[in-house]
Amino acid sequence: MSEKVLMCGNGAIGEGAIQAGCRHYFGYPITPQNELTAYMAERLGELGGVFIQSESELAAINMVFGASAAGARAMTSSSSPGISLKQEGISYIAGAELPCVIVNVMRAGPGLGDITPSQADYFQAVKGGGHGDYRLITIGPASVQELYDWTARAFYLADKYRNPVMILGDGFLGQMMEPLEIRKIKEPKLPEKTWALTGAKDRKANIIRTLMLKVGELEEHNKKIQNKYKRMEKELIEYEAVLTDDAEIILVAYGTCARVCKESVFLLRKEGIKAGLIRPITLWPYPSAIIRKISNNVRYVLTVEMSAGQMVEDVKLAVLGRCPVHFYGRMGGGVPTSEEIVKKVKKLEAHRPEDDQPLAGRHKGTKRKE
Amino acid sequence: MKRIFGRPRSMTNKPFHYCPGCGHGIVHRLIGEVIDELGIQDKTIGVPPVGCAVVMYHYFNVDMTEAAHGRTPAVATGIKRVHPDKVVFTYQGDGDLAAIGTGEIIHAANRGERLTTIFVNNTVYGMTGGQMAPTTLISQKTTTTPLGRDARLIGYPIKISEMLAVTDGTIYIERVAVNKPANIIKAKKAIKKAFQVQLEDRGFSMVEVLSQCPVNLAMTPQKAAEWIDNTLTKTYPLGVIKDKSGD
Repeated sequence: MSEKVLMCGNGAIGEGAIQAGCRHYFGYPITPQNELTAYMAERLGELGGVFIQSESELAAINMVFGASAAGARAMTSSSSPGISLKQEGISYIAGAELPCVIVNVMRAGPGLGDITPSQADYFQAVKGGGHGDYRLITIGPASVQELYDWTARAFYLADKYRNPVMILGDGFLGQMMEPLEIRKIKEPKLPEKTWALTGAKDRKANIIRTLMLKVGELEEHNKKIQNKYKRMEKELIEYEAVLTDDAEIILVAYGTCARVCKESVFLLRKEGIKAGLIRPITLWPYPSAIIRKISNNVRYVLTVEMSAGQMVEDVKLAVLGRCPVHFYGRMGGGVPTSEEIVKKVKKLEAHRPEDDQPLAGRHKGTKRKE
Repeated sequence: MKRIFGRPRSMTNKPFHYCPGCGHGIVHRLIGEVIDELGIQDKTIGVPPVGCAVVMYHYFNVDMTEAAHGRTPAVATGIKRVHPDKVVFTYQGDGDLAAIGTGEIIHAANRGERLTTIFVNNTVYGMTGGQMAPTTLISQKTTTTPLGRDARLIGYPIKISEMLAVTDGTIYIERVAVNKPANIIKAKKAIKKAFQVQLEDRGFSMVEVLSQCPVNLAMTPQKAAEWIDNTLTKTYPLGVIKDKSGD
């Protein structure tokens, strides 16, 4: 029987990690994710796990590197400025193909910014962030339950693909409380981590490295991890589609913004505007195919983010000019309201198609709503 | 025929890539001998640095992982906390430990991590071609101090071992050298003791090894070895800096 509790998002992430068998957590205080660090300190204390409040984010991510190299399920969490500090380690972890979970409870930037929610680290999470050609499996949950479920699943995915997974939340999701069902997490059994550092007893020494000096070796390694990324693109994509079947316009949003957009869709429908929503859950790999497919049948796409417009680039790449892609965003801690989004859609509805720039290869013209 | 001398069993047969007269090969061998003597080859995990010794893992039959520059003690902390029953050591140069990784080493030491650190101080960045290290001596010429290190502009040779000795997490810190046989014998004793401190679960232990880098000191190997005795030990005196192992 699973237990139902009222919990904040940060705590749910922590419990998801615990349920997945994570017993090694390394972190450094930063708002708005401090509840998570405190939760791990308490739970790992109870369970005899390892909790270290590190001296810096650099140290925390490198402790994760070490713990993961030693074969453990390890996690660190932070918020935007702290995640910037972790980028070096993330690049090494991705290069060394070590599994781990990294949580970013995003706050507004740039710089020290503010502790208010934001989605302005999207580029950093899905396009790289650190140096070199690598990818993070990036998950954008939208509720306390999803934070729990996906954090637990993230450890499985990390181990399965030997790749870091990022849970990309925001200050809103981290702080808000919702009912949470603490359900048992069942994942398929994975092979033993024969590559882990456990002492070279009755076997050859295991070496974990990213330095590859032999001519061609590093290129081969890059090809290998790129092939892994291609596999992930085939196997991992998840999204939620809301009222998309008969939709004439589509909103695209993730996380907190997707929840706001869902309400906007219902408000628009009440006013006779057939709106739908695509909510990417995996932000990398990105659900491009579904967005591409739907873009053939709608007049336009509106992307909504708590940023100056980052994910909108991936939407445009998915749509490839099949229909116009518009953007509405708030920055610096601003959160779009459902009314603002409705207003934006109405403005777009009143927009004259002849104002649009001609688009090559468009399947349909923009029909003006009478 | 009875074999009386050979490569330590915990080491591979791969020839060292180090420059002629470099001290790294000696330090590696001492570590190999200590691992053999303590019988811990199958429970030792090493974390080499970024720097000349980055490919140290080629020379040992011991599990090892690379670490980002200076983050070596943090990576080692992660490993040791997963495997408290294993012996985890870091091998770090003066750039890795005393410049970019000062935060990590100070806090690993202060937490009393059950780690052993072999800190090789040769006063220069070797791999990148002889730049100033935090341990470069006053007036010492390097590619980035072409007129000699000027304390007014860039400060003083850092005494990181003495700094670490004041933290309560450290049990044993000794400074040794590998420039002549008498010092090499002492160095081995110190390295062995540092590993023993970890085996006894006492706390953090470190051996600072003054080592010669003839190429970047622009000296012959012999002159570089003499320079350690005549010059380097004036700033970095040899001997036990802290020993609470008997307490």
